[in-house]
Amino acid sequence: MLWAALLLPRLGFDALLRQRDADTDTNNLALISCDRARPIIVDAAPRALAAGVRRGQTLATAQALFPRLRPVPHDPAQVQALRELIASWAYGYSSQVSLHEPDAILIEIGGSLSLFGPWPLLQRRWRAELSELGITHRLAAAPTALGALAIAHAQDGIMIPQLPVLHTALAGLRIEHCRFDAATIEALHGMGLRHLCDILRLPRAGLTRRFGATFVDYLDRLRGDLPDPLPLYRPPNVFQARMEFDHEIESSEALRFPLRRLIGDLCTFLRSRDGGVQQFDLLLEHDPLQFKQLAPTRLHIGTQMPQRDPVALFELCLLRLQASAIAAPVRALCLRADELPAFVPAASDLFDTRSGIQLDWPQLADRLRSRLGDDAVYRIEAGDDPRPEHAWSKLVWSKTASMLPPLLRQSGPRPTWLLRRPIPLHGEPRHILAGPERIESGWWDGGDLRRDYYVIETRAGQRAWAFRGIDDEAPWLLHGWFA
Amino acid sequence: MSRLAVIETVAVIENMLRDPRVWRGRRVEQQVPCASTGHAALDEALPHGGWTLGTLNEVLFEMDGIGELELVLPVLSELTRQQCHVVVVAAPYVLYAPALRARGVQLDYLHCVDAASEIEALWAAEQCLRSGVCAAVLCWPRQAHEPALRRLQVAAETGHALGFAFRPARAALNPSPAATRIRLPMHDAGTRLDVIKCRGGLAPSRPIPFRASSTSA
Repeated sequence: MLWAALLLPRLGFDALLRQRDADTDTNNLALISCDRARPIIVDAAPRALAAGVRRGQTLATAQALFPRLRPVPHDPAQVQALRELIASWAYGYSSQVSLHEPDAILIEIGGSLSLFGPWPLLQRRWRAELSELGITHRLAAAPTALGALAIAHAQDGIMIPQLPVLHTALAGLRIEHCRFDAATIEALHGMGLRHLCDILRLPRAGLTRRFGATFVDYLDRLRGDLPDPLPLYRPPNVFQARMEFDHEIESSEALRFPLRRLIGDLCTFLRSRDGGVQQFDLLLEHDPLQFKQLAPTRLHIGTQMPQRDPVALFELCLLRLQASAIAAPVRALCLRADELPAFVPAASDLFDTRSGIQLDWPQLADRLRSRLGDDAVYRIEAGDDPRPEHAWSKLVWSKTASMLPPLLRQSGPRPTWLLRRPIPLHGEPRHILAGPERIESGWWDGGDLRRDYYVIETRAGQRAWAFRGIDDEAPWLLHGWFA
Repeated sequence: MSRLAVIETVAVIENMLRDPRVWRGRRVEQQVPCASTGHAALDEALPHGGWTLGTLNEVLFEMDGIGELELVLPVLSELTRQQCHVVVVAAPYVLYAPALRARGVQLDYLHCVDAASEIEALWAAEQCLRSGVCAAVLCWPRQAHEPALRRLQVAAETGHALGFAFRPARAALNPSPAATRIRLPMHDAGTRLDVIKCRGGLAPSRPIPFRASSTSA
């Protein structure tokens, strides 16, 4: 076993920053605890920290030190959502991911190191991807999960492959890095202990008496003397993400940034579970106070094939947003995907000489549908009904190629254009080129018709398909063009 | 004549020949990818022996039912048989599936796109041409101006697709960026066609026999 510990020292602040637009001012932000009576600084932007704002200060003190401070209350749900997103990202590298620690994620990489490794390579890759997600992190790997976590506290980026080496490394570790609670650290300092080796040298019975059995148990798991079973993360079968805004958004342009972030998160999630998305909903929530009766605007986005390309999905959403009317300013954007089918990447031809933007037909059809409407793109199919109006049909969402038997019935000539409904013919035809072909059918479904069809040439020289009723006096009706 | 004078004369002639206004009638050397129109006489009249891929082609016709679709049906059936996608954007009537099937068009590769307005239709046609997915795109821009057609031409070049724009015959008077312009004159009742313009060669001066008159379709 080799565990990588991903320490997330500024998780709350990262979650806060992810909600903010890239170009809004984030230099004065501070995260405060939910405690309304006496809010305490949890984390603050670098400029505030430089001015002397510290974690654990009361808000009043911090504001005295840095008057421009903009406090934002801590949102546990948001932090939890970010933790799950990181876990789903990590799930792409290992099936054993644990969210057990509140400020860290533990990932078993013994197996994945041979695929993504060696460690420096994996580390570089992780750091790049985590920075892309906007997450401050520290990384370390060791044979025990708790060991890796302690090492990550002490030094960023270290990998310790064997247990004996870990023991040596742990021995030199300062007590503050070992994740004991504050009271324990104080007590240990009071005993004159500074490093972990000082504790390990003491008799176990005394330690148990003084700090309890869990303390000793922790030391054993840290060193790998006891097994350390961790509850493992299982990726959920739905994806849901939500972003709230400070101000009301009134244009689809301004929704670009939050939309891109949500789609990016969705695609990270999809990649890690090797899935795609075929349909999802965008919910545009309006101000609950101002528009009490107004339900959120719901945009349904469907694709012809499972997709997970952030650029393509983003474009689809944007086209749909621009095409739809949104009743009121937007206060929050929510993305929800319930169906996550397996993803089959499109095979592309190695020797494809066609240049230009690489798209395939389903992607193009999705793009057209997102602007023109879902029913606007279709194929046509020939049927066997003798009645001209019923001898063809639209196929809007068919995936497989139709395997129709060849038409059994031999019919007369058919025009390439059919008029939606027959119209009276101007004047008499100049020539009759073929016909009559009698079509008399449809008594079973009420669409009964009895007509004699002719191929004619009009006075102007157009070739047309026209019919008249079967009695002699019936007028000529035009039904198609041999174009 | 001295040797130097000869050299000077040759240089002067070469300079004159480099002037773009001098047409030298060289044969086209590079192979231009093209598809046969399916009409032997028309293939012969066009400089590359068929529709050139990656271009916009204009079909100018005065009335419905004089062979405007007949002109492109052979190439459509050939392309769909090769499993290439063909898109028909905002057709004026119902494209009648039984007739197309009888003419050998593989309906699995023929897609129809409906558009509410001409602007939407032009957008859709441009998207299809540019995508590189479609082998051929048919559209009916009635009021389109030259810039719109130029966009389509550029899109066809980018996506290496064959674009067909069906337009009213009166548009023949206006200039157009299309590579080929073909007019179906009314007085011949669709039995002949004029090639008004074909890029890469001179347009033939005589009308080309096209659809036999008074035979069953």
